[in-house]
Parts: sequence; C-alpha cells; structure tokens
Amino acid sequence: MGEKLLRVEKHPVLGDAKQKESWISITIDGRKIKAREGEPIASALIASGSRVFRYTLKKDKPRGLFCAIGRCNDCLMIVDGKANVRTCITPVRDGMIVETQKGDGKSNGKKC
Amino acid sequence: MGRNAEVAIIGGGPAGLSAAVELGEVQSNCILMDDHSQVGGQLNKQIHKFFGSEKHSAGQRGIDIAKKLEERVSLLNIEIWPESTVLDFDNEGCLWVNKGDSGIVDLMADRVIIATGANENTFPFQNWTLPGIMGAGALQTMMNLYRVLPGRRVLMVGAGNVGLIVAYQLLQAGAEVIAIIESANKISGYDVHRRKILRTGVPILTSTSIVSALGEKEVEGAVISSVDDEFRPLPGTERQLAVDTICLAVGLSPLIDLAWSRGCKIVNEPLLGGWIPVHDADQQTNIDSVYIVGDCCSIEEASVAMEEGRIAGISVAESMNLLDYKTAMEKKNVAKKVLHELRSGPLGATVRTAKERLSKSTTFYRQNFFHPTRYEKCLSNWR
Repeated sequence: MGEKLLRVEKHPVLGDAKQKESWISITIDGRKIKAREGEPIASALIASGSRVFRYTLKKDKPRGLFCAIGRCNDCLMIVDGKANVRTCITPVRDGMIVETQKGDGKSNGKKC
Repeated sequence: MGRNAEVAIIGGGPAGLSAAVELGEVQSNCILMDDHSQVGGQLNKQIHKFFGSEKHSAGQRGIDIAKKLEERVSLLNIEIWPESTVLDFDNEGCLWVNKGDSGIVDLMADRVIIATGANENTFPFQNWTLPGIMGAGALQTMMNLYRVLPGRRVLMVGAGNVGLIVAYQLLQAGAEVIAIIESANKISGYDVHRRKILRTGVPILTSTSIVSALGEKEVEGAVISSVDDEFRPLPGTERQLAVDTICLAVGLSPLIDLAWSRGCKIVNEPLLGGWIPVHDADQQTNIDSVYIVGDCCSIEEASVAMEEGRIAGISVAESMNLLDYKTAMEKKNVAKKVLHELRSGPLGATVRTAKERLSKSTTFYRQNFFHPTRYEKCLSNWR
C-alpha cells in the first residue's frame, strides 16, 4: 500500500488537504519516513504502510493500532530508546527514532 | 511537585469543557486535564451533523462544536494541562498526574469533576488481536483527525449508530466498505443513518457474525457466518471476505477506574452502559467533593454530556459559594430541562428511570457508606 493512497487528500466534508504543510522525517526500524507535523507517531506509521507496532512478550504475536486514544496499550513502541511509549497519543518530532517493540522492550527481545 | 487548585476537571471532552466554561464564568481557579495534545475529546473526529433535538446542537458538526467550546474556554481564566494523564485518584483526594515532561505532579483539589468518557468494547473471535482489527473510534480518529486511512477494504462489525456513521465516513474518506454485519436480527441504529448507508449500496447483513480473522502478521481476510437467535454460528453458512481491516463497533463501556480508586460506590446499570459510579441529578457522587459527567456515568450522546457538564459546573460553583442558591437553581433548571428533552422517546424514558434510580441510591450511599471522616466523627462521639 503506497503512501499516497493512505493519506486522505480530498474529502467532501473536511475539504482538500492543505498544500503548505510542514513535513518532518522520523526513522522507523532504520527506515526514514515522512510525517506531518503535529500528528501522532501511529498515524505517520500507518500512512507509511506499516501496521505492526509490537510483538507480545509471551507468545510473540503481532499487535497494531487498536483504540487510538491511549487506552488499550496495543500500540506501544520504543521511541528514542524509551520503551512502552503509547504511539497513538505521542506527537512526532523531527528526527525521532522509533523501533518495533519486542516483548517488554527492555532488551527488545534479545536474550541477555 | 505539588499543586493546589479549587477545581480539577479530568478530561477535556464535551462534558469537561462545558463544566470548565461554567466554572470559568464565575472566576474559579480551575485546572482542566486531558491526555491528548488537544482538547475536544471525541468531538474532534465527529464530522457528521448532529441528529436529534433542534434546540440543542442539531445540524452542527462535532468538530465545529469542539472549536466553539475551545474558544470559549480559552477566553476564560482556565489552566489547561494537555498531554497529562491522571494515574491515580487516591482515597484522600489527591490526583497523581503524569504531566508530560514535568513528570509526576500531585494535585490537591477541593472539588474534582471526572469526565473521562468511555472505552470501546471488543469481543473475542479467532485471531482477534491481529493488527488491522481496530475500534470504530480508532478508525474515526485516524481518518477524520489525522487524515490517514488504516485500510482500503473494510468489514464493519456492528450496525448501531456508531457502526453506520463510521461506515459512511469511511466511504467519504475514500475507503471501500465490503459489508456491515450485525449479530442481532435487526439494525439498531437510527433510520436516517441506515437509509444513508443503503443509498450507497453497502450491504447490511443482519443475523451475521464474524468467526475469524485471516492472516499471519496483518488482517488479510475475514470469515463471517450466519447466526441463530442465540448468536450461535450456523454450520455451513461461513463465507470468506477479502478485507484488510476489520472495524469493531460493538458499544462502549464507561471509564470508571478513577472514580473507583477514589472510593465512589459503583453499581451495575446495564441500561446506562454497565458498571457506573452512583450520582444524583446534580452529577454529584456519594463522595461530596467528587462529581461525574458524560459518558463515564452513562453511555449517551455528546449533547447529553455537555448538559451534564454544565450542571456539574454550576453545582460545583454553588457548593463553593461562587454562585448563590437562587441563580444556581435557575441555571441548573435550564440545563435539566434540555436534558429532559434530549431523553425523550421510549429509550430516553428508560434512561431517565435508571438515572432516577441512581439518584436515590446516591442518597442512600451518602448516608450509609463507609466514609473516613464520618467514621472518625462517629468514633469521637462515641469516645
């Protein structure tokens, strides 16, 4: 799924997307993506086509965005080295480094 | 770090903002907290026109109402704490707030208004945790607030008002809605919304439920099946749909954890959304300094939440002698009249009965509930 497709450019109620928007870039697992200033990390990730945000501790199952209001903790990721950040309510900042979280994110899945 | 305030409002949605407006107008020292970077709550994503009472916000879009409320609040002397999550509300009345970069702040307030709203319900089916399965509110947030579509081909589960409205908004945003399924044998949403959907040609399948989601890492499809009157899947009726997103619109539950940890009495009222703190017609709980408004004390509409917020704001102002009895009474009666109008009709009547029942139990628990200070008083009298 391409980025163009996932951003809503035209909308009958909200109108067209603003042309002059400030874009910044963040890094997700080493890959640089564009993000709209002020949006949460989760929406930037979804717009770039990635929907798997973390893997669970016990069964290593994928999880993605579920409630988008900071309640369900399915969207936890490692942001700038800090684990368990709720990406659905954390706004993006330029140069932010986001990583897919494995388990509780302490060693990010690697056995110590 | 510690802080004091006259009033703390937890949650900046329609209910919290309306309470803040009332309190700001009487110059109270008031703090409004919200865990998002912007206040407005769920109104920010409601791009449809409100339906219902003509007097009250009908014909307006939620986003516009949010903007108006925000403007009014910004003109008043109200401190707004964005990106602040209340972690705990202890039994001595202290709020533990995680205030973004400033860390944990313990806030002592004379009065607290809880306006935390609701959580989306979910229900289990095979592979129900796969990325790509999300709540209707989540989809709404993504497409209407941030203008990002989490999927192209969507299966909507639930044909209540939320299901129908969000399905329509998905079409507006450019996604494809494959079907709307509903396990009951009739569509429970309003007829206006149902007709809107039917005009677009999206099928609404009643007596149908989801059996499983397909895919390893993300949703790649869904299996639906017809169900009998007791919601058991009928063998042999399974159908596979090629979808990349499954949207769950299966109701809401009040977010009561803060009221519960403070020690408010929680009772079960299925008509109002499940377990909720008891409260009276002034929105006061059985603990005198704690008020509760909006979806966290009964799952209803935003217009109801705004009136409840107004009533709580006025009652708080009255209890702190910022408003005299007569003015407060008059103002409250206006809001209560609107509430009564909003709760007309057969469904509204049942809500009203439930609310009256709650009001009675509030009086009961206020007198008979274990209350630390009253307990001390009893002891000292006895000694």
